[in-house]
Amino acid sequence: MTYLPKPKLHHPSLQKNAVGFTRRDYEGAISTLCAGCGHDSISAAIIQACWELDVEPHRVAKISGIGCSSKTPTYFLSASHGFNAVHGRMPSVLTGANLANRELLYLGISGDGDSASIGIGQFVHAIRRGVDMLYIVENNGVYGLTKGQFSATADQGSKSKKGATNTDAPVDMVGMALQLGASFVARSFSGDKTQLVPILKAAMTHKGASFVDVLSPCVAFNNHPGSTKSYDYVREHNHALCRMDFISPRAEITVDYPPGEVREVRQHDGSVLRLRKLPESHDTGDRVAAMNYLHACQARGEIVTGLLYVDPEAPDLHEHLQTVEVPFNTLGERELCPGSAVLAEINAALS
Amino acid sequence: MQPTDIRNPQYFHKVVDCQWACPAHTRVPEYIRLIAGGRYDDAYLLNWDSNVFPGILGRTCDRPCEPACRRGRVEESNGDKPEPVAICRLKRVAADHRGDGVEARMRERLPAPVSGAERFRVACIGGGPASLTVARDLVPLGYWITIFEADAKGGGFMRTQVPRFRLPEHVIDEEVGYILGLGVELVGNRRIDSLRELLDENFDAIFVGCGAPRGRDLHIPGRDEDTDRIHVGIEWLASVYFGHVSKVGKRVLVLGGGNTAMDCCRSARRLGGEDVKVMVRSGYEEMKASPWEKEDAEHEGVEILNWLNPKSFVHEDGKLTGMWFTPMRAEHDANGKRKLLPTGEPDRLFECDEVLIAVGQENAFPWIERDLGMEFDEWGMPKLDKLTMQSTLPRVFFGGDAAFGPKNIIWAVEHGHQAAASIHNFLQGEDVRNRPPPLTNLVSQKMGIHEWSYDNDISPDERFVVPWAPKEKTLTNIHQEVELGFDIQTAWKEAQRCLNCDVQTVFSKDVCIECDACVDVCPMDCITFTTNDEEAGLRARLTAPANNKEQDLYVSDPVKTGRVMVKDEDVCLHCGLCAERCPTGAWDMRRFLFAESYAGRGEDYSARPARKQVAA
Repeated sequence: MTYLPKPKLHHPSLQKNAVGFTRRDYEGAISTLCAGCGHDSISAAIIQACWELDVEPHRVAKISGIGCSSKTPTYFLSASHGFNAVHGRMPSVLTGANLANRELLYLGISGDGDSASIGIGQFVHAIRRGVDMLYIVENNGVYGLTKGQFSATADQGSKSKKGATNTDAPVDMVGMALQLGASFVARSFSGDKTQLVPILKAAMTHKGASFVDVLSPCVAFNNHPGSTKSYDYVREHNHALCRMDFISPRAEITVDYPPGEVREVRQHDGSVLRLRKLPESHDTGDRVAAMNYLHACQARGEIVTGLLYVDPEAPDLHEHLQTVEVPFNTLGERELCPGSAVLAEINAALS
Repeated sequence: MQPTDIRNPQYFHKVVDCQWACPAHTRVPEYIRLIAGGRYDDAYLLNWDSNVFPGILGRTCDRPCEPACRRGRVEESNGDKPEPVAICRLKRVAADHRGDGVEARMRERLPAPVSGAERFRVACIGGGPASLTVARDLVPLGYWITIFEADAKGGGFMRTQVPRFRLPEHVIDEEVGYILGLGVELVGNRRIDSLRELLDENFDAIFVGCGAPRGRDLHIPGRDEDTDRIHVGIEWLASVYFGHVSKVGKRVLVLGGGNTAMDCCRSARRLGGEDVKVMVRSGYEEMKASPWEKEDAEHEGVEILNWLNPKSFVHEDGKLTGMWFTPMRAEHDANGKRKLLPTGEPDRLFECDEVLIAVGQENAFPWIERDLGMEFDEWGMPKLDKLTMQSTLPRVFFGGDAAFGPKNIIWAVEHGHQAAASIHNFLQGEDVRNRPPPLTNLVSQKMGIHEWSYDNDISPDERFVVPWAPKEKTLTNIHQEVELGFDIQTAWKEAQRCLNCDVQTVFSKDVCIECDACVDVCPMDCITFTTNDEEAGLRARLTAPANNKEQDLYVSDPVKTGRVMVKDEDVCLHCGLCAERCPTGAWDMRRFLFAESYAGRGEDYSARPARKQVAA
């Protein structure tokens, strides 16, 4: 009952990016998730985003916990570094790796079970510390691997596949991330790659803790009437806050929009986030406004998607800790044990 | 765009590129699967139904299927050299490995006799593939068929002009024998010199399948001297076959760039020609000869020289010593029409001992009296109904090279099928233009989860080369066949390269949940969900651009979000991953059957019990 390996043949027009790879080079093994799983679409979006950003695969570390979502790193970027951590412990492994080598792109891949239940404490602290990473929650509202029990993000009143109603209040991970100080917060939907890919690209280039909640229907256990995380429900209740274009630092900006319709956010690396159709009333630089907007939509029964908040100048963990510019793992004995003269100097400074 | 109507059988037929390109619409992927399964008899019989001469065609076919083969397109920018599946040589595998029982099984497959047919007598002029096909299709229905052939044996051009090192005689004997064995009367050694006389013999219908027997000559200075050393190609090849010619001069020039020129030069190499040159007026690429025939000739040490127009023969003391050629170049006028012009460089002299002229063939009908009521066009060709092959003299039908000028064996077979259907209608008093309907069917191949009744794994192999007999043998014995055919193991591997294009991707929009799984998994980026548009607009903004306009876009009705599914058929691998990944069965892999039907067979098919119907 295994899937056929994806044939190596590719479309004759397949292009290479600036670092010499085709999109197919960013793929991984064939997915063993259920056919139609939203997670596979997210993997495809990550592949597309990395290809478009000219990311070198060996400069990426993908770190995950346990669950359907946490299996997905096998299915993309097979030439990257990977670590499959203990359940809910992805954030601490990622934090450690980031401290050891600050030069990699860190993808923290998690799900609603891994992050909103067993790993919620880990999630909270990694965000709070401002670890430079992209933290993706592939959010389907159920425990897929154990046959579809409600997870902590399931909406109150939503129904399980067998008909049981969820009575618990949900954990809203977007609201938590905003409250905990994430400097890039967005939500998207696995079934809308035109929105998801630019968000992932912006989040990957963002310095600091980026958090993206991706609604990702569980086709086996949570895609039925009464579910609030089904393909149909999300499509019907999706309130796209804005459309975003990601413009890399190298790209020439050619299209001109009349002022007022477009707002642009320039990130530290020179990339530009161009926000279209953003309501006049919303300011993506205002954390409180973002939280208000999120709750207002929620109260109306709408699922808000798009970029909610970004602070392009946010400091990250390394700035907080005033670490050296080079990765720790490149420091040799000479730098780490500079000798008794330096020690005497430090001691003298303390007296 | 309008949603694609997949109920129109021609839509999926066109997706099966090889079958679509084959004049006889042979079900290529089906027989390749049979070969892969070791069912050589079944593969042979399936071929025999459509193209009548699998063993002959498996060696000599012009293979229009191969340039059309999707494998050649999907291998582009995926390796060294994109190559189609070796369809033709796989056909030969079926012929080489068939068992003795095929002849008996042929008879089981034939249609039942039509009552009263035995009252009618049909004459076929010429014993080549077109006439033999007419006989094959009509004899089982009960008609009395008489074939008149100028030579002793049946086979026509296949026997007398195709050299034995490409087509051994026993292959012709067997396959012509199958047809004659059905009860066809062959009158050998009888050339028809007058259509009037034949009409007076009271045949109810006459089929003209006499080929295009006249080789075009080249009337340039010096042609009429030393004519023992200057020959018309096809006549020379026939003389070789009959043993009238058994050697040739050391230095031979072959004039012309078609397949006959290739047969001439290769024959010359075997009869003592050491320095054999093919002299072509135009460029190498535009030569009419098939690329593989050019390669084979060059492999045997023949030199092909292009852009040289024959100007005159040179004789010394009445003996041919060489030829003058004028260097040419191509010029395209404002309408893109090509003209050949001299470059102005000095003429070039090539020394030689013998010249073979292979610059084309012509039809000639001096034996058809022009007062019989049959109309001819300005080029002296009979006016025919292209659908029915009927001439303006209702009981006379044409086919093969005699109909529209020189083509090839597979076209002759198809003409034969069509003429036979017309003759059957004509004799039964039905509308001649009424064609028997094709048999079509579309059936899911799903056997279980991720299990299909066809092998959907895609072989990464590049095309396998057919082994050759050693040159020391082939160049010294004109009867030694050059190609030895695939062995079974290699044939299996080559068969695995076939993409099973007849197993169609069928989309049902009502159950699609737009999860994008098919889009993400498709290795060739064939599938897109997008807002509908005009064709040009859609082609430009699909997941991968659809630049091959000869290949259709499969467009669905709008799905839930109002978008449409667009699939570019061009480089689909038919691997079924879209269907494997689809959680709702919106994609299904269904085998499409398209079988042409022949004289008297349409009725049989319609009488069969209805099979599972296809949801649109």
